[in-house]
Amino acid sequence: MWRSRLAVLGAAIVLALVVVAIFAPWIAPYSPTRINLRERLQPPSGKHLFGTDDAGRDILSRVIYGSRVTLRICALVVGLTLVIGTLLGLVSGFFGGWVDELVMRVSDVFLAFPALILAMAIAAALGPSLENAIVAMVAIWWPRYARVTRGQVLSIREIDFVAAARAAGASSFRIMLRHILPNCISPVVVQATLDLGEVVLTAATLSFIGFGAQPPTPEWGAMVSVGRNFLRDYWWYTTFPGLAILITVMGFNLLGDAVRDILDPRLRRGP
Amino acid sequence: MIPTLFGVLLITFLISHVVPGDAAQLIAGPRATPEIIQRIREEYGLDKPLHIQFFMYISQVLRGDLGKSIRTRRPVGADIRAFFPATFELTTTAMLLAVLFGIPLGVISAVYRDRWPDHLSRVFSVIGVSMPIFWLGLLLLFLFYIRLGILPGPGRISGDPPAHLTGLYLLDSLLTGNWRALGDAALHLVLPAFTLAFAVLARITRMTRSSMLEALGQDYVRTARAKGLMERWVVTRHALRNALIPTLTVIGLSYGELLGGAVATELIYAWPGMTHYVVGSMTSLDFPAVMGVTLVIAIIYITVNLLVDLTYALVDPRIRY
Repeated sequence: MWRSRLAVLGAAIVLALVVVAIFAPWIAPYSPTRINLRERLQPPSGKHLFGTDDAGRDILSRVIYGSRVTLRICALVVGLTLVIGTLLGLVSGFFGGWVDELVMRVSDVFLAFPALILAMAIAAALGPSLENAIVAMVAIWWPRYARVTRGQVLSIREIDFVAAARAAGASSFRIMLRHILPNCISPVVVQATLDLGEVVLTAATLSFIGFGAQPPTPEWGAMVSVGRNFLRDYWWYTTFPGLAILITVMGFNLLGDAVRDILDPRLRRGP
Repeated sequence: MIPTLFGVLLITFLISHVVPGDAAQLIAGPRATPEIIQRIREEYGLDKPLHIQFFMYISQVLRGDLGKSIRTRRPVGADIRAFFPATFELTTTAMLLAVLFGIPLGVISAVYRDRWPDHLSRVFSVIGVSMPIFWLGLLLLFLFYIRLGILPGPGRISGDPPAHLTGLYLLDSLLTGNWRALGDAALHLVLPAFTLAFAVLARITRMTRSSMLEALGQDYVRTARAKGLMERWVVTRHALRNALIPTLTVIGLSYGELLGGAVATELIYAWPGMTHYVVGSMTSLDFPAVMGVTLVIAIIYITVNLLVDLTYALVDPRIRY
């Protein structure tokens, strides 16, 4: 009961996020980028529910538009890592031998770094921007998917239907894509949903440190980063974007736990 | 481990050499003449082909030389030695906090399964794993330092630091009997350590809870209860000892997260640690420093995970190496 209530809460948060992102121009009371120096650093009020920032921009509107940036990052990072990681894992597990050895050793190296440090180094070297932060995150994330997929392929490869397909004259390529891939997709999907929250956190952290989205982009981490300079007297500047990150990540995490329970009952564990 | 370390070296090298922009120009500064830039290029070996530079770099690292920082103009090794103790003190304190609170919380959660202490601890751990560390840090700083004024703000210490022995302020002040410094350094450590510990604490709680639940369902627990053992001993001696292995794994994996989390924490609390140093180096494209620090951090991370593997044998006598 408790479990399913949390799952519903998670789904509701994610749904709300998507709705807010789609309808941002209709929901947001002001433009997220319009500067109004006469109203800078106003505390929350009826006119500006979340207050205004140092350029007089409405923080509520910026938080609303920020959901678009966040969802875009999520879709790109998880989508790209899913494709790259799954393909590499598939090839690695299916062919074995030196291909497997190579892919696994390279993934070892990537996993030997604390993820955030490596992402920072890559993002900084490419030049701080949101696009480069996304590239950096894909670079650190693919090994997880490659490993999950490879593990699945290794066990599925030995099942009789693969031998049957081979006997029927199917090519390696066809066996891989038609017979093995569909059977190992579910743990990969579980991994992806569990990762969504972490992607949001990592992206926000990169932006906060200065290696991700650059101000004045309405990205939550970047907003907190600028707001930090106004912490002493203007608490609302950092509070609301940060709260948006927390709630979003919580929604993804709760949803991820629920998806894992549905798709992979063997892993069923308490949160 | 050796091939992994070689790979780590290769990656740090590649990252630093895809830097867009001319490193020699950066070292020389904005007003350098082309001749000076050319001389610097030769001095740092930047005019050689990439693979030669890579082998030069490896042989240099093997001799224990991490090169010279462009920003601080000091050897990177010396810089790391100067900044490492602060990070070590912070991450270790955070990990101790996380273990000290996380394991009991997980045990309580499992023992009171589906009752209010369990619900409370689960809500807490969901929030914990979802919390942006940098935001929590700012929140705590605002509340306890700016508003309430009961804890000190950024920095490691208010007055003079204790005499330098290890660079760990707590240990140094303890060894030299400098009680003022000890108290002051400990107070400065409270907010950053708690900020950093929060996410790991939640993760440890989650893992302890689930492995405790599994252990409590085992036959030997039923046997222990049947022979009339006190519940307290059943939980601590029988169930917990068996539940600790997955928790240990989480602790090892979390250490990397602590090093990552330290980046934001050190930034917010102006903590003069290694990650604070590396962010500055990355921003100013000081690539010898970036290579050196990422290498050292990767080595620490690999070593910690190795140590965790070795402690399995201590907890579980069935595992031998």
